[in-house]
Amino acid sequence: MVTWSGLLSNAAPKLFQIFAVLAIFFGIYAAAFAYGARIKGKSQSKIALVIFLVPALILAMTGLGIPAIQTIMESFKNADSSKWVGFKNYAVAFQDPEIVRTFINTFAWVIISPVIVTALGLTLATMLNKMKREALAKTLIFMPMAISFVGGSLIWKFVYGYNDPGTPQTGLVGQILTWLHIDPPHLLLWSPWNNGLLMIVYIWGFTGFAMVILSAAIKGIPAEIEEAAQLDGATGIKMFRTITVPMVRNTIIVVLTTAMVGTLKLFDVIHTMTGGNFKTDVLSNRMFDENFVYLNYGRGASLAVLIFLGVIPITYYNIRSLRAERKR
Amino acid sequence: MKKSIKLTVVASIVALSATMFSATSAKAADCGDYSQFGKLSGQTVKIFAGIRDPEATVMTKIFAHFTACTGIKIAYEGTDQFETLLPVRVKGGNAPDIAIIPQPGLVATMVATGKAVPVSAKVLANINKYYNPAWKSFTTVDGKVYGAPFGASSKSLVWYSPAQFKKLGVTIPTTWAQMDAIAAKFKAAGVTPWCAGIESGAATGWPSTDWIEEMALRELGPDKYNMWWQGKLKFSSPEMQGVMAKVQAWVGTQAQVGNLQSVATRKFQDAGVPGLKDGTCGMLQQASFYSSMFPAGTTFGADKDANAFYLPPTNTKFGNPIEGAGEFPVAFNSNVATQRVTDYLSSPVYATERAKAGGWTSANSGVPLSAYTDPVLKVVAQSLQAKKGAIVFDASDLMPTAVNGAFWKEMTKFYAEGKSMKDVAAAIDANW
Amino acid sequence: MSTVIDAPKKVKKIKAVKSHGSDRAFTSPIASAVVTVIAVLWTIPTFGLFVTAFRPNEDIRSTGWWTVFLHPKFTWDNFHAVLFAGGGSIGSQGMIPFAVNSLAITIPAVVLSVGFGLMAAYALAWIPFRFSDHIFYGLFALQGVPLQLSLLPLLTFFATGVKLFGVTIIPSLHIVGTLASVWLPHVMFGMPLVIYLIHNFVAALPREIMEAARVDGANHFEVFRRIVLPLSIPALASIAIFQFLWIWNDLLVALVFAGGTDDVAPLTLHLANLSGNLGSHWENVAPAAIFSIIIPLIVFLSLQRFFVRGLLAGSVK
Repeated sequence: MVTWSGLLSNAAPKLFQIFAVLAIFFGIYAAAFAYGARIKGKSQSKIALVIFLVPALILAMTGLGIPAIQTIMESFKNADSSKWVGFKNYAVAFQDPEIVRTFINTFAWVIISPVIVTALGLTLATMLNKMKREALAKTLIFMPMAISFVGGSLIWKFVYGYNDPGTPQTGLVGQILTWLHIDPPHLLLWSPWNNGLLMIVYIWGFTGFAMVILSAAIKGIPAEIEEAAQLDGATGIKMFRTITVPMVRNTIIVVLTTAMVGTLKLFDVIHTMTGGNFKTDVLSNRMFDENFVYLNYGRGASLAVLIFLGVIPITYYNIRSLRAERKR
Repeated sequence: MKKSIKLTVVASIVALSATMFSATSAKAADCGDYSQFGKLSGQTVKIFAGIRDPEATVMTKIFAHFTACTGIKIAYEGTDQFETLLPVRVKGGNAPDIAIIPQPGLVATMVATGKAVPVSAKVLANINKYYNPAWKSFTTVDGKVYGAPFGASSKSLVWYSPAQFKKLGVTIPTTWAQMDAIAAKFKAAGVTPWCAGIESGAATGWPSTDWIEEMALRELGPDKYNMWWQGKLKFSSPEMQGVMAKVQAWVGTQAQVGNLQSVATRKFQDAGVPGLKDGTCGMLQQASFYSSMFPAGTTFGADKDANAFYLPPTNTKFGNPIEGAGEFPVAFNSNVATQRVTDYLSSPVYATERAKAGGWTSANSGVPLSAYTDPVLKVVAQSLQAKKGAIVFDASDLMPTAVNGAFWKEMTKFYAEGKSMKDVAAAIDANW
Repeated sequence: MSTVIDAPKKVKKIKAVKSHGSDRAFTSPIASAVVTVIAVLWTIPTFGLFVTAFRPNEDIRSTGWWTVFLHPKFTWDNFHAVLFAGGGSIGSQGMIPFAVNSLAITIPAVVLSVGFGLMAAYALAWIPFRFSDHIFYGLFALQGVPLQLSLLPLLTFFATGVKLFGVTIIPSLHIVGTLASVWLPHVMFGMPLVIYLIHNFVAALPREIMEAARVDGANHFEVFRRIVLPLSIPALASIAIFQFLWIWNDLLVALVFAGGTDDVAPLTLHLANLSGNLGSHWENVAPAAIFSIIIPLIVFLSLQRFFVRGLLAGSVK
C-alpha cells in the first residue's frame, strides 16, 4: 500500500542526490569563474576556453566521438567483429533490396516531414502570436511531445487500428470510413502511403518543438520593427513574408536542420508502429534490428556510418545557409 | 520485504520456545524444503529477465520466501527490452548474476561471449533427475550444459470455446482429419474456422513461425525437425516446401482464417479474444500461455468458458510429438550465492510453489500434478513432464538470430503482401 | 565568426515595403479557425487515450473509445491499480516512486547539459580562436551519430574503465546502476544539439552590448554572468523543456546504464512493463501514460512565461 512515510523515505535520498549534484556543479563553476576572472591579459581567453568549452568537448567526444570512430572500424568487420571483411557490409547494404528500400524511405522522410513540421510550426507560431488563449492552444499542440512512445503507440493504435468490415471498429479512421459507408482499408499495409501515415505520427509529435522554438524567435522581433512595418501598412501575409520570415530565418534553418537530423535517425515511430514491416522500414530501425535482433554488429555499424554520412549534406546545407544569412 | 522479516522472527521464536506452536509454525516449517540451500547472509543475487507483471509479482513473492529461509536476497529486474539489453550488458561488463533466457539461440550467443558459466553439479543432477532429456540438449553448447529449464509451455495447443463446439455438435479431435472436419462444420455454419493474428510489434510474425514448426514436426518427425533448425534442411527443400504448402492450406487462405492482411495486422493477443467466445472464429492454435489473454474471470475446462486440446498429429508415424518453449536461468559467475539460487530455481521447491500460484507450467517432474489447479495447465504440465516421447523446442528460437528474424519477417510478408511460400523460403534461406 | 542578425539592415529592407490591408490579418477569424482546427486535431488522439484510461480491458479491446459516449461505462479501477496498488517487483508504492526516479534522472541531466551547452555556445560564438568554426561544425556533425551505437562502448567504459594493451588507463568509475550513470550519457548525447540550439540564440546577441562590456574591462566570465546568462534565459527555457522531455521519455539509456530495478527505474520503463508479460494490459498503460504527461506539462507551463518576458524586456536583436 502507498503511504506518505513510504513515499517520503523512498524519495528523500534521491532528492538529496539531485541537490548534491547541482551543488557540486555550481560550486565547481563558481570556483572556476573566480579563478578565471583573476587571470588578466592574453591568457584570459585561453583560460576561458578551457573552462567554457573543453568540458563540453570532452563530454561530446566520450559519448559520441569515440564511439563513432569505433563504429566506423566495426563496419569493416564481420557479424561478431572478429574478422576484417573490407567493404562487404556496405556492398550487402547496397544490394539487399530490403535495405535499399530503407534508403528510399529514409530519403522520403528526411525530405518531406521536416518541411511540413517547420511550415506548420511557423504558421502556428505566427498565428498564435498575441492571439487570445495562446497558452491553451500552444499547450494542446505541444502535448504530444510530452507523451512517451509507449503511450504514443497505444494512442495511434486507436487511430489506425484495423478491424474487418462489419465488426466493431477500434481505429478512429476505420470508424469514420464505416460511418461514410466505406469499407475500412488496412491503413498500415497501404504501401507506399503507409509511410505518409507514419509521417503524420511524427508530425503530430514534433510540430510542438518547431512551434515553441519559432514562437520564442518571433517574440524576439523588436516591437519597433513590427510597428514600423505596420505604419508602412504591412499586415497579414505580407507582414509574415517581409518581417517574420526574414527576422527568424536563422531559427527556421535551425528547426529545419534539427528536424532533418532527427528524421534521419528516426526510430521510435517505426519501431513501435510497424516494426519496419509492410515496406515502411527506415535506416535507423534497420540498424537497430541488425545490431540488437540479428546481432550482426558489422552490418549494423555500416548502416550507422551511412546515417552519419547522411548528416554531411545537412551540415553542408546548414553551413551554407548560415553563411548566406550572415552576409545579408 | 516485511513478510521476510516476519518469517525470520517467527522462525527464531519457534526455535527458542517449543511451546509456541500455533498456525504460524506451519509457515516456519516451510523452510524445511529450503534447508538444502543453506544459509548465507549479506549476499544479493541479481536476476535479469523478460518476465514482467503480473507474472513478475508472483515470482518475486516466492523469491521472498527463499530469502526469508536462506538469507540470500534476490534483486529482480524485468523488462520487455530483455533480448536487446542482455548482450549489451554482458559485453559491456555489467552482466547480471543470473539471466533467465527464453531462447536457446541467445544462450549460445552468451556462451560465445565467454561470460556464461556452465551449471553446477547440483543443477545438472536436478536436470537429469527431473526432466525429459530433450530439455538438457537445448542449452548444451560444446558438451557443457548452461541452464536448467525454468518455466515451460506447450505450443502444441488449440484453444476453443466449449459452447461453440457444443452448438456444432462436435467433440475434441484426436486426429488431423477430425480437426479438419470440425473446421469444415464451422465453415458451413458461416464461421471462420481458424482465429489468427500475428502482429506483435517489432516481433510481428512469430505466431506464424509456430504453425510451420508444428507442421514440420508432425510431417517430418523430430529428427528432420532438428536438421531443419540446424540449417541442414533448407526452407526451400522439397520436404519443407511440402510442409509450408500444408500450412498454407491450413491457416493461409481466406476460407480458413479470413482476410490474410487482417491476420498480419491483428495483435496476436486479440486473435482469439473475443472471437472464440463471440463465435466469429472457431479455433485458435496458440501456446498454453494464451490462457492469460482471456478476460479476468474466464473459467477453463471441458464444460467451461474456454478450453484447449492438443494439436493432433497429421499421421501416425511420429506419435504425439510436442513443441515446447521455456526459459533457462543462465549464471554469469559461480559465486556461492549465485549457485544456491540456480540450485533453487532448478529444484522442484520453486517450481511447485510457483505452479500452485497458477498461470504457469513447468517441465519439472518433481512437481506434483496436484499443484496445478487449472485443468488446461494440468494437462499441459503432464505432457511436458513426460520423460519419454518427443519434445522439441520452438525451432525459430533455436535458429541463429538472423534466420529467426528473417523467418518471422518473411512470414509476415506472406500474409501482408501475398508473397509466395516459395519466395518466403528462398528469402529466409539467404540468411544462413 | 558568429551568426549575428544585423537588425538595422533588416529594418531598412522592411521600410521599403509598402502595402495596404486591414490591421493584423493573422489574428483574424480565419487564423482563429485554423488554429482551433489544428489544436482539436492534435488533441483527439490523446483524448482517446484519456478516455481509454477509464475503460475496462475487454471494452478497450473490442470497441472504439468513442462508443462510450453512447454507452457510458467508466471505471476508476485502472487508475487505482496503477497509481496506488501494485506490489512485488513494481514496488508497493504505486507509480509515484518511479516519477521521483524520473525526476532524479532528468533534472540534473537537464541542468548539466544546458549549463555545459551554454558555456560552450558562448565560447564558440564570442571567444575568437583558431578552429572555432571547425569545432562548431564538427559538433554539429556529431548529431548524426545514432546513440544506440554509443551505448555499448560507453557502458564498457563505465563498467570496466579504459584499457590499452592490458594496462588500465582509466579505472572503472563504479557508477553503473546508479543515477549518476544515467546523467552522464544523457549530457553527452545531448551536447551537440544543445550547443547548436543555444548557439543560435547566443550568437544573435547584439555585438554592441558585448563590445561595450569588453571595452569597460569586463572579462569573459563577467560578460557571461552579467550579460549572456540573463539575456539567454528565454532560449535556455525552451531548450531546457526539450531536453527535459527527451530525457523524461527516454527508455533505452536508462535501461542500459541504470538498469530497471525499482530504486532507479524511470517512469517510462515502468510504463512499458505495465503492459504485462505479453503486452495486453492496455488498461494499465493508458492511465499510466496520462499520469506521466502531468509533470512535463507542468514544466512546460511554468517555463512558458520565460519565453516572452526575457526577450521583450531586453534589448535583444
